[in-house]
Amino acid sequence: MILYVFYFLSFLAVLSALMVVFSRNPIYSVLYLVITFFCVGGHYLILSAEFLFAVHIIVYAGAIMVLFLYVIMLLNLNKDTEPQKNSIYKFAAILSGGLLMLVMVGALKGAESATIQLGSNSEVGLVKNLGRMLFNEFLLPFEIVSVLLLAAMVGAVMLGKTPLKATQQESKSGNGRSLMADSPKITHVKEFTNE
Amino acid sequence: MVMDLIVGLIPLAPLSGFLLIALLNKQLRHWLVALIACSAVLVSFVLTVVLFFAMGEDLPSFNYTAFEWITAGNFSVSYSLLADPLSVLMMLIITGVGFLIHVYSAGYMHGDDGFNRFFAYLNLFIFFMLLLVMGSNYLLMFVGWEGVGLCSYLLIGFWFKNTEYNNAAKKAFIMNRIGDVGLILGVIMIFIQFGSLSYPDVFQQASEMTAGSTVLTTITILLFIGAIGKSAQIPLYTWLPDAMAGPTPVSALIHAATMVTAGVYMVARNNILYSLSPFTLDLIVIIGVATALLAATIAVAQNDIKKVLAYSTVSQLGLMFLALGLGAYTSGIFHMTTHAFFKALLFLGAGSVIHGMSGEQDIRNMGGLRKYLPITFITFLIGTLAISGLPPFAGFFSKDEILANAFAGNKIAWGLAFLASLLTAFYMFRLFFLTFSGSVRANETVKHHIHESPSTMTVPLVVLAFLSVTGGFIGIPAVFGGGHALNEFLSPVFAGSAQLQEPHHLSHTAELMLMGVVVGVTLIVIWLAHNLYVKRKRLPAPDGVSLGTFHRLIYNKYYVDETYDRAIVRPMNFTSKAVDAVVERLLIDRIVNSTGRVVTWGGRTLRHLQTGNTGFYIFAMVVSIIVLLMVKTFV
Amino acid sequence: MNDSVSQAIQGVPLNYYIWLSTALFVIGVLGVLYRRNAIIIFMCIELMLNAVNLLMVAFSAYHGDGAGQVFVFFIMAVAAAEVAVGLAILIVIHYNTRSTDINVLNKLKW
Repeated sequence: MILYVFYFLSFLAVLSALMVVFSRNPIYSVLYLVITFFCVGGHYLILSAEFLFAVHIIVYAGAIMVLFLYVIMLLNLNKDTEPQKNSIYKFAAILSGGLLMLVMVGALKGAESATIQLGSNSEVGLVKNLGRMLFNEFLLPFEIVSVLLLAAMVGAVMLGKTPLKATQQESKSGNGRSLMADSPKITHVKEFTNE
Repeated sequence: MVMDLIVGLIPLAPLSGFLLIALLNKQLRHWLVALIACSAVLVSFVLTVVLFFAMGEDLPSFNYTAFEWITAGNFSVSYSLLADPLSVLMMLIITGVGFLIHVYSAGYMHGDDGFNRFFAYLNLFIFFMLLLVMGSNYLLMFVGWEGVGLCSYLLIGFWFKNTEYNNAAKKAFIMNRIGDVGLILGVIMIFIQFGSLSYPDVFQQASEMTAGSTVLTTITILLFIGAIGKSAQIPLYTWLPDAMAGPTPVSALIHAATMVTAGVYMVARNNILYSLSPFTLDLIVIIGVATALLAATIAVAQNDIKKVLAYSTVSQLGLMFLALGLGAYTSGIFHMTTHAFFKALLFLGAGSVIHGMSGEQDIRNMGGLRKYLPITFITFLIGTLAISGLPPFAGFFSKDEILANAFAGNKIAWGLAFLASLLTAFYMFRLFFLTFSGSVRANETVKHHIHESPSTMTVPLVVLAFLSVTGGFIGIPAVFGGGHALNEFLSPVFAGSAQLQEPHHLSHTAELMLMGVVVGVTLIVIWLAHNLYVKRKRLPAPDGVSLGTFHRLIYNKYYVDETYDRAIVRPMNFTSKAVDAVVERLLIDRIVNSTGRVVTWGGRTLRHLQTGNTGFYIFAMVVSIIVLLMVKTFV
Repeated sequence: MNDSVSQAIQGVPLNYYIWLSTALFVIGVLGVLYRRNAIIIFMCIELMLNAVNLLMVAFSAYHGDGAGQVFVFFIMAVAAAEVAVGLAILIVIHYNTRSTDINVLNKLKW
């Protein structure tokens, strides 16, 4: 019976993934991606990875996708402004995707045909066990990940600040502060070219 | 054990002197550099003396192996030094005379800009020469051989701003290298034949071979070709007179006492091989005696004080090779030792004269220097007496031994060698009288400045004069009741050859009679020279005066240099220009340039892949992943 | 509860998870190649990461080893950090070029 659950979740995941790729409106893509994430989270659940299911929903569907939504809304993207590639490139893309699928499946052909016991009371995915493993064997990576997140935070804030400061600068041009100190931060497209 | 370490230290002292001076060149004062250099050689000398006294009665040979230098399959060569009687004798000469010349140079090169460089080169030379005589295998000897050639080049062309001197340096080096071809081929053949390059192995195996085999004859001829180049025998001798372009201490050290004797050392070291090749020995006799006579005839007509001494060196080297060729190895080494003393003395004395005469080298402009340069006068006289072979000076014992061996072995060789010795006495005393006696022929400015050399220069002269007087006593022959200490000392080295040959024996009466004849005729010749140049005050012809045919021939050194130029140098230049125009320009340049062009074209074409389009880049990445996966799974 | 569920238990072959994961991954690659909008491309990269996560959890459940799930945990952390920084960069680009089209960013050439 659980096999049917598996089939249903897989079908839904693949379908919404395809819709992510092929839908015109970026907002629709985001929403389809959220559905995909839920399906994958469902897979985690039937694989008895409860802690991961929780973290997956919170982090991916709850934080990352919301961030994406914010950015899309900030940049005011909708169906009209969406650029499209040439047909030939689209065709080439589909072809290479299919080829990649073929090659990967062919590569994994000799893989073990074993069965996973779904729904069994596997102890591994429990929060307690996972936490114990996390804080005993994987303590160092855990700490380093915290440093990584700190670095990402700092980076994101630094990058995000720039346009705001420039707009402030433009409005206060004559107040005695030297412009030279801040102007290098404003990078215009023209400076990229070699003219 | 300690002795072995001492053996290893001996070459290191001058090497460290060289490194110290060379690396800190500009920051060291002149006096400090002279101190470092002289003490480095002095350290080596003291250690060698210690080694000498440690040899004592039973004359062991000390071995010191530092590390395995080359190991490639069957072929292995180690950095190992050998101190047996022959090498210890050479080391004493090198470091002893070398030390005196270092001290002398401190005075002679005073005020020169390249003072530090000079001492660095001198120390390097001593190191390489020590390596040459101490090396316990052919490869190490070859390293020293090449190294002294290099230092000779550096020192001959020391005043490098003069193109002529540079040409002389190049000539010396190139002629050396021509000889080295023979040496290298000989060493290779030795390896092929004996399977090893170390002296003990080779000599051990060689002593079991039969005499006169083709292999040995070829090997010995090839090695001798190397000696021809290094020790200035016919036909590769023309570099030595030109090498007088270097400073006089260089001429004394390298071209009188040490480097040119490397060939003599090598033949003596390989005595077992040579004793088994009678054909080569005959060849050596012929070349040696021909060189001795040829050079002596040229020297009679030369007017440059250093050139006379240079040809005299070539002539004496010929005599040494004559001795070696007759199988009298000890005599050859003996003459080499005494020659080192008096030739170095003569060269340093000439340097003192040149120094006092503000750089004048032509003996036609000298004369009457006896009053002005007393110490130089006396020491130069002693040197001249020694080289002429008058008893009891050093040259008498050594030269007479060679002549006795020649008389017993090969009468024609004896006759020619005798003639060469007479000519030697004649031109040396000609040189002496024209330089020191009579009236001063120098011009006023030079005459005003004539002065005796400082003590750093005269003290070595005195020491060398003392050695020229007493040096012969190490080899007093049996006829005078002496035990010939040198023979005893060197007997372990030449033991193998002694078994193979019967030494030439003259009865004591014959030997005494021979000595008497030689000394008597020499005295007559000296009297003749005195008559010509002192009594009748005859002077050599000035430039521009036309000379008689024979006189012109020997004055122009038999036109050998010109012959070499026409026969060898010009065709070579032409060939090289032709090859350059054809092979180099048309073939090789084209190939090399087109390789570059292909690369440039490839780069230009590949450049079009960088469209800048991010989408294209991603696509290329995916395609590459697909290709890699395919290769991995299906190949 | 365990008994009734265990009666309904069926094993799922591991191969199915491998194929599912491969399919999701390939769809992600397809999306990256197919779309021109940088943000959509980013989302497809997230899709690829998820495919990998799924595979790792599947193997972890198969082997009974918790290390796979811990690794997924770290991958999620890294993905979050990456998204944050990546979107910040995207915003700066948009501010400078007024567009999120990747064809505009074509200066990395000779």
